[in-house]
Amino acid sequence: MKNTEVADDDDVTDDRAGAGSRIGPILRSRTALAVLFIALGFGLWLLAGAPEVPAKQLLSLTVWGVMLGGVLALGSIGLTLVYGVLQFPNFSHGALITLGAYIAYAVIGLLPPGSELGPFSFGWEFLLALFIAMPLVGVVALAVDRLIYRRLRNQRAGLVLFAMASLGMAFFLRSCVYMIWGPDFHFYYQGRSNPAMELPLGVRVQADQLFIVALAMALVVAVYLLLTKTRMGKAMRATADNPELAQVRGINTEHVIALTWILSGALAAAAGVMYGLTSQLRPEMGFWLLLPIFAGTIMGGIGNPFGALVGAMIIGIVTQVTAAFISPAYGPAVAFILMVVTLVIRPQGLFGGSA
Amino acid sequence: MNAEALAKAVFVAIPLALLCLRVLPLRWALRVPAAIVAAAGLAVALVVILSPGILGYLISFSIMASIYAVLSLGLNSQWGLTGHLNFGIAGFFAMGAFTSALITSTAPTGVLADYSQQAFGLEMPFLIGVAAAAIATGLLAFLIAIPVLKLREDYLAIATLGIAEVIRLVFQNERWLANGPQPLRGIPRPLSCLVEDGGCSWLPAGVVDFLEPLAQRDYVFVYLVIVTLFVALIYLTLERISRSPWGRALRAVREEESSAAMNGKNVASLRIQSFVVGGVIMGIAGALYGPYVASIDYSHFRPLFATFLVWVMLMLGGSGNNRGAILGAFIIWGVWSGTAFLAEAITPILSMISPDFASRSPYLRWMLVAILLEIIVLYRPAGLLKEQKVVSRFLPGQSRRS
Repeated sequence: MKNTEVADDDDVTDDRAGAGSRIGPILRSRTALAVLFIALGFGLWLLAGAPEVPAKQLLSLTVWGVMLGGVLALGSIGLTLVYGVLQFPNFSHGALITLGAYIAYAVIGLLPPGSELGPFSFGWEFLLALFIAMPLVGVVALAVDRLIYRRLRNQRAGLVLFAMASLGMAFFLRSCVYMIWGPDFHFYYQGRSNPAMELPLGVRVQADQLFIVALAMALVVAVYLLLTKTRMGKAMRATADNPELAQVRGINTEHVIALTWILSGALAAAAGVMYGLTSQLRPEMGFWLLLPIFAGTIMGGIGNPFGALVGAMIIGIVTQVTAAFISPAYGPAVAFILMVVTLVIRPQGLFGGSA
Repeated sequence: MNAEALAKAVFVAIPLALLCLRVLPLRWALRVPAAIVAAAGLAVALVVILSPGILGYLISFSIMASIYAVLSLGLNSQWGLTGHLNFGIAGFFAMGAFTSALITSTAPTGVLADYSQQAFGLEMPFLIGVAAAAIATGLLAFLIAIPVLKLREDYLAIATLGIAEVIRLVFQNERWLANGPQPLRGIPRPLSCLVEDGGCSWLPAGVVDFLEPLAQRDYVFVYLVIVTLFVALIYLTLERISRSPWGRALRAVREEESSAAMNGKNVASLRIQSFVVGGVIMGIAGALYGPYVASIDYSHFRPLFATFLVWVMLMLGGSGNNRGAILGAFIIWGVWSGTAFLAEAITPILSMISPDFASRSPYLRWMLVAILLEIIVLYRPAGLLKEQKVVSRFLPGQSRRS
């Protein structure tokens, strides 16, 4: 198998569009895709409103969508950073999410149970567990890189071998979770209720959900500051943009890659812990989230953290709103359809590449 | 040697003869009789020496390995021949299995219909089920190929992973379609009359008498022959394809897309064609799987069994090499089955660490296979049998070994 150069294929569609009629580029523009998604969102809203779904519930679903979008965004940002810097889709990202959730579960089990903090269902030990799990999963991601991906990099292996290795790693990490914690469902707090609060406009949300949105936003802002305000962040963006040029300009790409893995793993762990807080922990949870996360990444444009945030939010909201009229089990399918729509109209995503 | 053993030996001899035909390094004039003699000898020896239990296990093992070999061959025609990264084999496999099951089975009526639902049951013969499975998966592959194959290969990996998930979700949640989360039962077994009392009405009396000693539980012997015939047929077709102008064009597309295009090849169309061919073969594998297990549900088509193992098989056997694909399927299915015994053997050690670990020993198998894949990717990405440089069957010395 030859190591095919794939990095600069992004403009293929542009060429085709240019060769075609004048309508092509317009249809493929960012605005067109954005308009399509907004229209799609409104269409779903109207559709959902039709079969006696009260407007209140619809609003609640949208708010829950924002919450799910926040969780997905943490996953998507980590994935898109790795995708941009290392140029391969990391299929084990879902397994990192699962691992993070379970590590936090283990830490909570070790700590003495505290009482609930305010309106939330969790105590201080949950927050501690979250901040222990994040660096731990970052280290796991880095260790995997050192064990496998760095060797592949040194061999100058093709993209497909990276993808394959990450698929293998996904199953390896998941089997570790199965071995240590078993196949049963777990809860961070068994049987603790977290009654929904009434917000203005009849929106019903749990305090935990508000916490998740707030924490996700805080982490997103932190990542944004890291990427834009620090030297390391600048180096990371430069490496994602053009690894060779970054090296020529004196950036130690191995350092950048190491930091990318730690950041990606930590964000994945946060996503896992938050998802585990709102539903339950199960070994397949990461795999279930993998497809929406990939959809968010592709929709936002690979290598673009801000795009990943927007993409994940769209995926989260659409997934929740569609749950009003189709089975919620089809969540990944909805995300998948949005991803295919993006791939057909604008493969480089909402914010990726130059149109 | 009694009549039962003799009848079994005949069934065992057929796959062995096919294998001998392929591997014996003789000229054809000598190879055919030699293969028949060797296969007959081996078959009789196997049936006489092995206890019925072990023989039955070996036969079942070979059936599953052969079904995996079909999947692996299908993947090889996508990945090995053209370089498509299909991470959604499970989806095509499921599509084939459910399509053929719905086509061949009987829709439940009366009281049964309350417990078991399916969209339709056409009671068609087995081969029509296989054909329908092939057509359905071919269409599915075509529909995926159109938007995605124009893009980078990693998009295909993500999209196929997604489509497999969506297909599994549909079969899991739609009760009316194929009994939803409950298994779809009663998939008819082809030629099962051979081992039933009374025999097949269309067979001459002599053959019916010869097969008389076989009981219902010996059906696996019949099915092994059916499955291996499919493997042989698909193998020969793919070998023929890879030596044809079409196969050369596909490899040209894989190696250097732009120069293939410069030589007047329609790259986009060729890529779609090979993806569809691979999808069709995976669909046939699904159609072969249904009758063997008799009842299927969504859980059979999880990514672990139906996607991941197949990739390990092809990577180990050798991407781009059809013999490697079959060899890899048998080795990895052997490793997978063997690790069941291994996991059982180390259960006492695990239970010393923690009683929980002992009950989770099955998951050790995942871990071992995953580690195996990482080792292959790191140290031997070309696999056991490297891709042969086949240019044409008319070019001596390169294509044929003997």
